[in-house]
Amino acid sequence: MKELALNILDIAQNSIAAGASQIAIAVRESMAADQLTISVKDNGCGMEPEFLAKVTDPFTTTRKTRKVGMGIPLLKMEAEMSGGGLRIESKKGKGTSLTACFKRSHMDRPPLGDVVGTLMVLIQGAPDLEFTYTKETDQSAFQFSTAQVRALLGGVSLSEPDVLVWIRGYVEEGELELL
Amino acid sequence: MKSLEDLKKIREDMQKQMNLRAGDENRTRVVVGMATCGIAAGARPVLTAFVDEVSRRNLQQVMVTQTGCVGICRLEPVVEVFEPGKEKVTYVKLTEEKVKKIVSEHLANGRVVDAYTIGAAE
Repeated sequence: MKELALNILDIAQNSIAAGASQIAIAVRESMAADQLTISVKDNGCGMEPEFLAKVTDPFTTTRKTRKVGMGIPLLKMEAEMSGGGLRIESKKGKGTSLTACFKRSHMDRPPLGDVVGTLMVLIQGAPDLEFTYTKETDQSAFQFSTAQVRALLGGVSLSEPDVLVWIRGYVEEGELELL
Repeated sequence: MKSLEDLKKIREDMQKQMNLRAGDENRTRVVVGMATCGIAAGARPVLTAFVDEVSRRNLQQVMVTQTGCVGICRLEPVVEVFEPGKEKVTYVKLTEEKVKKIVSEHLANGRVVDAYTIGAAE
């Protein structure tokens, strides 16, 4: 993965596969603490403690096509290589929460990349789910929720190209105001 | 500045168009492979480029959708185009620039871009 936004896409797709109806993505950039934190939380099927214990092993996966799952191990490696770490909490039947921390200024930290593009792709692929996206800095925060948009759309799908283009513009403008 | 008023306008336009346009079975489907292999090879900007171009050209007869691994990871990003009554066209190793050409030539004007198909790549 060339950017952390692609890791977010990969992880959130696991949440969709886990049957989640609500997925919350958060990116926190702290200049003061020199830290970048990304988190993905869902209310999907969750994991048994035995599976959770080995979930960062590349030979652990739920998929049937291949016996390797590289998404979580690679994200863990990237976090640890840049002075941070990865934490996953999960309860069977309740959901899963993944948090990856990075030292923001570390030269090995991958770029954050196009998180809004990731959000757009997730909404496009699963327009009936509730996505929440939060971007936080030391000074302020911006939050976007598909629930707000859906209420205004009156039956028009969030996957319609015109709606997606509007969402991207709206979120990008909201993020710019944080600068 | 994007406003909620803009969104309401989109809703009104979409609702009018939904009444006029053909059922989903009569629309062209653009299916983008979005498994880990596709994502790592650049499928996300390819998908967003299709969404942008279809919106910009107001191609109401085109649906953009996603699927998992198509099975030819070495040729990702892979996109399949299904037009009613025609043979499936598989485009491989796509980029945002190639998407613009596919939308203008194939989706808007019905001319398959042979140079980007799996037949030309293999």
